[in-house]
Amino acid sequence: MANKERFRFTPGLILASLLIAGCSQLDVATLRGTGDMGIIIERAAGNALVVETTHHSILARVEGLGNLSHASAVFSRDERYAYVFGRDGGLSKVDILRGRLVKRVVQGGNSIGGAISQDGRLIAVSNYKPGGVKIFDAETLTMLADIPAVYGHDGERSKVVGLVDAPGQRFVFSLWDAGETWVVGMHDPQNPQIRKFRDIGKFPYDGLITPDGRYYIAGLFGEDGLALLDLWNLDAGVKRILGGYGRGEQALPVYKMPHLEGWAAAGDLLFVPAVGRHEVLVIEQKNWQEVGRIAVHGQPVFVMARPDSRQIWVNFAFPDNDTVQVIDVPTQRIVKTLKPGPAVLHMEFTPRGEQIWISVRDDDLIVVYDTETLRQVTTLPADKPSGIFFTSRAHEIGL
Amino acid sequence: MQAVFFVVTLFLALLLALLLALSPTPLHAQEKGISPSRQGELIHLLKQDCGSCHGLTLAGGLGPPLLPAELSGKPPEWLRDVILDGIPNTAMPPWRPILNEDEVTWLVKRMLQGIPHGQ
Repeated sequence: MANKERFRFTPGLILASLLIAGCSQLDVATLRGTGDMGIIIERAAGNALVVETTHHSILARVEGLGNLSHASAVFSRDERYAYVFGRDGGLSKVDILRGRLVKRVVQGGNSIGGAISQDGRLIAVSNYKPGGVKIFDAETLTMLADIPAVYGHDGERSKVVGLVDAPGQRFVFSLWDAGETWVVGMHDPQNPQIRKFRDIGKFPYDGLITPDGRYYIAGLFGEDGLALLDLWNLDAGVKRILGGYGRGEQALPVYKMPHLEGWAAAGDLLFVPAVGRHEVLVIEQKNWQEVGRIAVHGQPVFVMARPDSRQIWVNFAFPDNDTVQVIDVPTQRIVKTLKPGPAVLHMEFTPRGEQIWISVRDDDLIVVYDTETLRQVTTLPADKPSGIFFTSRAHEIGL
Repeated sequence: MQAVFFVVTLFLALLLALLLALSPTPLHAQEKGISPSRQGELIHLLKQDCGSCHGLTLAGGLGPPLLPAELSGKPPEWLRDVILDGIPNTAMPPWRPILNEDEVTWLVKRMLQGIPHGQ
């Protein structure tokens, strides 16, 4: 009898404890906005750390995101959900307010990155294998469209790189093997409108879009130069810029592919990594001509402008990846060489740029610097950290 | 006398077996003069830095997979030369400025065996 009673009460107890557990995470005391939050990828462990930049604290560790080597993330426009793109083809939706994995689908065999549409309703994922782009409903992660990156006459599929969102509910990406850039209109998710640009150059390795959403640029690995596409005037086609910037010199070995992330622009100047030489290239946007090059410590990987564009921060490929250099934009000179520690993988500015967070993989550390004094502010522990992504990306075209 | 010799031989054999069992790395690697700490660095480099193109688990990325199944049938000497000198007109760089021939030979051997995930 007593047994029976206890049995009867159990479902009620479970429900009550669930409610309490649920409430504690939405407690009034913890009611907060997400504008100063972000995530940090723990690449080997497959976790995302949920952090906030106002007090430099770690709020939660979200586990079970799969193989996150080379993971990246975008944010929902309400800055509550992070969509994490893992190397193993996993697409994970993380609720950063609750510090919880909401949903995870394995959508491809080997993926590289993703983007969120202008209206926030679509998530696009680019895949190396099988090469192509898949489009998902941002709410449910249900697949809406599959766009195989087929090229040539034999139905070969190319690895896809440099996927970004563009105004007009479009996605733009490039095909590594094919040397093409595709612009895909997604007004009708069931019926993507694809426009292909061929012969953009050999081995595009990444792409970026200007903050106004007008220009898409693919960096080329297989030749010196970049491929420029004016999204306001697609009929003009792809134009090659900075052709032959290596001037026929023997290229240095590249032990890690550079990334084009965001738009390292200051006024009319654009700063991009050279490939196979230890230089940052300076391009004048007015006429797309090279107007300078800055000798740096190694092969640049990320070349990122502080949000006010006064400084450019650069990190480097192996074996120079213990170093970060700061370029002063007005003088185009290196003003500081920092040694955050072994294997600096990524950098992210706070929304208005007073601080920068840097991941140091082999020290299991995040190092935070003041960008004005260039002094270390604090450190946070993280297990083999790689990408750092703050929610302010939610409202930037192409990020 | 013969009994003593037998006991000593047995003892030495057991000692050798014990050393082999306890040794964290194959003895042939020691013969090449690659210290255990350098071996650790090489595995770290393989996973992290080769891994930036070939994937952290070597299951492939921008570069092809480097798992035993994919590598089997390829001559170890060819694999060694590809690592040392790269492949022109591809993203595979030459590692000769970073690694010497013995180190690459050892790495190739380990790649063909497969690297345990936890290592």
